[in-house]
Amino acid sequence: MDNILSWIIWIPVLGMVAIAFIPREKQDLIKKVAAVTTGIQLLVAIFLWSAFDATNGSFQFMERAEWIPSLGISYILGIDGLSLPMVALNALIAFIGVFVSWNIDRAVKGYFALFLLLDTGVMGVFLSLDFFLFYVFWEVMLLPMYFLIGMWGGPQREYAAIKFFLYTLFGSVLMLIALLALYFACGETFDMQLMMERAPFALDGVVWWGMSAIKVIWVLLFIGFAIKVPVFPFHTWLPLAHVEAPTAISVVLAGILLKLGVYGMLRINYTMLPDAVWWFAGALAFLGMINVIWGAMCALAQKDLKKMVAYSSINHMGYLLLGMAAVIAGGSVNGSNLMAAQAGMNGAVFQMFNHGTISAMLFILVGVIYEQAHHRDIEGFGGLASQMPIYTAIVALAFFAGLGLPGLSGFVSEAMCFIGAFPVFRTIVIISTIGILLNAAYFLWAFQRMFFGKLNEKYTNLVDINNRELFTVIPLLVITIFLGVYPRPFLDMIKETMNILIDQVVVVGGIAGIF
Amino acid sequence: MTGDMLINYALGILFLPLLSFIILIFVGKRLPRQGDFIAIGSILFTLILSLAMFGSMLLSHDPAFRHEASFTWMDLGDFKIRLGFLIDNITIIMLLVVSLISTMTHIFSTKYMEGDIRYSRYYAYLGLFTFSMNGIVLANNLVSLYIFWELVGVSSYLLIGHWFEKDSAADASKKAFLTNRVGDIGFFIGLMLVFTALGTFNYAEVFQGVARGDISGSLLTFAGIGLFMGAVGKSSQFPLHIWLPDAMEGPTPVSALMHAATMVAAGVYLSVRLFPLFTPDALLFIAYVGGFTAIFAASIAITQNDIKKVLAYSTVSQLGYMILAVGTGAYVAGFFHLVTHAMFKACLFYGSGSVIHAMHHSLHNLNDHDTDPQDMRNMGGFKSKMPITYWTMLVATLAISGVPLFSGFLSKDAVLAGTLSFASHHPQHFLLPVFGFSAALITAFYMFRLIFMTFHNKPKLPDVYKDIHESPKPMVFPLILLSSLSVFIFYTLPYFNPLSDHGWFMELIKAQDSMVPGNPSAQYIAEGIHHSHTLTMILSILVASLGILLSWAVYIKNSISADDWSKKLGVYYNLSLNKYYFDENYNKYLYQPFLRLSNRVSYIDWDLYDKYFINGFGRITKWLSIITGRTDYDGLDQTIIDGLGRSMSKAGSSLKEVQTGRLQNYMLFALFGVIIIIIFQSF
Repeated sequence: MDNILSWIIWIPVLGMVAIAFIPREKQDLIKKVAAVTTGIQLLVAIFLWSAFDATNGSFQFMERAEWIPSLGISYILGIDGLSLPMVALNALIAFIGVFVSWNIDRAVKGYFALFLLLDTGVMGVFLSLDFFLFYVFWEVMLLPMYFLIGMWGGPQREYAAIKFFLYTLFGSVLMLIALLALYFACGETFDMQLMMERAPFALDGVVWWGMSAIKVIWVLLFIGFAIKVPVFPFHTWLPLAHVEAPTAISVVLAGILLKLGVYGMLRINYTMLPDAVWWFAGALAFLGMINVIWGAMCALAQKDLKKMVAYSSINHMGYLLLGMAAVIAGGSVNGSNLMAAQAGMNGAVFQMFNHGTISAMLFILVGVIYEQAHHRDIEGFGGLASQMPIYTAIVALAFFAGLGLPGLSGFVSEAMCFIGAFPVFRTIVIISTIGILLNAAYFLWAFQRMFFGKLNEKYTNLVDINNRELFTVIPLLVITIFLGVYPRPFLDMIKETMNILIDQVVVVGGIAGIF
Repeated sequence: MTGDMLINYALGILFLPLLSFIILIFVGKRLPRQGDFIAIGSILFTLILSLAMFGSMLLSHDPAFRHEASFTWMDLGDFKIRLGFLIDNITIIMLLVVSLISTMTHIFSTKYMEGDIRYSRYYAYLGLFTFSMNGIVLANNLVSLYIFWELVGVSSYLLIGHWFEKDSAADASKKAFLTNRVGDIGFFIGLMLVFTALGTFNYAEVFQGVARGDISGSLLTFAGIGLFMGAVGKSSQFPLHIWLPDAMEGPTPVSALMHAATMVAAGVYLSVRLFPLFTPDALLFIAYVGGFTAIFAASIAITQNDIKKVLAYSTVSQLGYMILAVGTGAYVAGFFHLVTHAMFKACLFYGSGSVIHAMHHSLHNLNDHDTDPQDMRNMGGFKSKMPITYWTMLVATLAISGVPLFSGFLSKDAVLAGTLSFASHHPQHFLLPVFGFSAALITAFYMFRLIFMTFHNKPKLPDVYKDIHESPKPMVFPLILLSSLSVFIFYTLPYFNPLSDHGWFMELIKAQDSMVPGNPSAQYIAEGIHHSHTLTMILSILVASLGILLSWAVYIKNSISADDWSKKLGVYYNLSLNKYYFDENYNKYLYQPFLRLSNRVSYIDWDLYDKYFINGFGRITKWLSIITGRTDYDGLDQTIIDGLGRSMSKAGSSLKEVQTGRLQNYMLFALFGVIIIIIFQSF
């Protein structure tokens, strides 16, 4: 199949155009078109997964076309072991997201049109190999998100939406500056593969305002991406956005959008500025630790279930940062411990995927109870286990996945991140392991308050999870269990690319290595 | 049996209970008898497989037997994890213990749990537990061990919380899981230390690395203590002992299976398995934790009135013994005590279950819902009403008290001989045997106190007593079987000397040398134990008799008044009765402050940092734009531009310029304004 990557990006836009021609009253048809569109996209993603050559870690299915030649801007797409799982995850979450959105009844047409546009933007970011194109997709994704939160959200939706928008826009501005700096440094090209070759050397010894240019650009990019992750202290937009966003948008936000930040760091910071990775890895691990502990403590204190799950995202992203920082274990100063570097980097990408499935599941489940009870106050429930046994069992599994229970995928990736980071950042990792306990504490405590004890009289009329809702959770649940028991099918797909990334940081970063 | 054959058997043993779990979870409720026959069938099959393995072990009679099989679970190039099975004699014996007790629990529960609202769920969880526990037993590497370790934790969580409508059960299940996780943090850190130094998780390869000296000194000590922390959590050692007594909220057959015989023994099993990597310092730490736990828990058991609480603290105390044995190097003795203890403690728990069951029925018939069916002060005289329960429990009690002719005597003797020998080599650690022997004294006392209060004397509540009946067959059968297995002969065959532990067990389980340079050899430890054997025997028979005698004097003869003594020892009595206020203090000085801190952190995050600092940027932008707007409009435009305009022309044309200027300014202001207003409109 030619141009398969273009197809997977633009299929949702075709769906969006189709929806534009459907009269607004035919809500069911609109939903069906959205479902079919994302369904086709998911099939293409599955095909891509099976056609991907796992033994080759570099870019595959490349597409290249001129766009604005005078400025060195082209339309370049490609997929490797880093973007493949993200593309698959996005296709899956988008498909599921349509069904989660099934109960949307206000301005259905606009909602699904924007939803599909968002899908395209995210796919585009993951597949672009032209930095300018990357940036364009990054911005494309922002706008629908703003409206989806601001128009279909909760009581404080406008506040949450504008905060999300401005915060992310602030990050984009920093990214734009860095992008231009890299563009000029690399001989006026936006071709990311060329930039990966040239940037590590082009900026050697360049000093801006008494600071190494490499460090400045790294920090600009880092903040731009860190806002998306979110890394402490750029995280406060997240709980707000989650609390106000409609369920499906929370699912997409936690499931996919948060991964864009990490993806950006790995794709751009790690490859174009590999020597600065050495300089920043300690800070990265430290921030990871703060994310773990701070996120967990905040989650423990929450009364609102959705806010708790939102803070748990911050907590889970911390493990991932630890894993990313582990890359420097592969350097000769750290005894060329490639084992640790591989464990950490693969663990981080695996954690991205696992957090995507697990947090999506958690937000869907929060939505299920909210739709019936019309509140999310953890203390306000009680004894639901006897009223909604299937729902209880699924929440239990999702919570256990969230607290990193072995046998479920979250454990594998968290453990890999820890094991990878341990040789280099021993104290930080040891402190972060407290997260293992805190995770369990906030999930189990919430679980007890919601499901155990005597059934709250108010809730004798609640019905168990329905088939549509089951349909949205079960695929995620199956993936979580399968990868928890046997992670190889996933890790085998990404490991070669991770080796290239590690090489880039360890070898190229090591040669450049001068600020 | 060939090695591959054993692996196939082991696969069957591991996955049959899991299969039962999966079937029951999905369709259990729709099956006849709620599918309990599937669980029982699968566990019986598991038992047959483990018996076959056991038989083949006895026949081949090879103390050095060992077989491993692994598969690659993860392969990232340099970073590889291989998971697999290790089958040696310890594994085979442990598999049999787990399968046997699990089978007994399945059978016992058919009556005990009859009519329960979640009967099918209960059997499903039993399957999950058996799967996880056998996973621990079969593991040949630290990762598998950790995985199944946590899965055991979950099964325990689910089973303790079986009656989750009760807040106390829900609390207890959460407490069990979280307390275990504290230990697991240590376990995980130890695992990382070992892996970072040696690059492998496989036991044998780890031991080789230790022997090569690739990890040594304080690092190895910390790794060892870290891994042992897992055991502290799971085997409920001080200071993480708090969860086990609360875990008695679970159904009693579950307590017998998990919180007496098998799951809590997992910590001991881990210590036994990893014994070769513990440094002398780590072993000393282990010995003191175990020894202190033994005496500490015994001193609580002595004042408890709830029949299950007595047994719970007794379990903690006995686990302390096993850990103490590992610490003093006599780890084979520790493992021996694990096996004998599994039999008689399970028997005691089933016995207590039988009593509680009878009390329950009687109280139910009387429509009495206030009397506590587990309080021994409401019992008495049950001997004639429940003869089988009485006699089997008596046998188990004799075993746990360390009376000759019973299994507990042999294993406890071995443990105590280990401590005595250790102290004779290191006189500064004389406290270890003191802990051991005094705990033995107290154990004999409180166990007979339990027997006397429950089965002897006059009934305390005659109305209840009238309706007490012996339990049905599925409940007494496990009692009879397990009490028989508390007789010495099953452990000493083919020999018949009740005073010596010499037999198949000791022949098949040979102590391995520690891999840590500086630790005494297995030979040296064995000789030391042999030397202290006679003295230990005399002392332990003495303390056991003294304990039983005292108990008899207090509770039968009434020549010593328990009430008087408890008044005389007021402070200590209260401390013991209230479990030294550990729960209260943990709550007051750990949980509550941490929760307050978390609330504080959340407040800082949401109400201070976000509202003032982050939104502050918005505010500053707003002020700046207002100031810019004012300067521009009032200053630049109105004064200078307008002034110029006025001076240049007095005609109406100047008005036009003003209009234009105002419009531009307004647009600029509006652009900032709209954004800012939207941000702050929610305040």
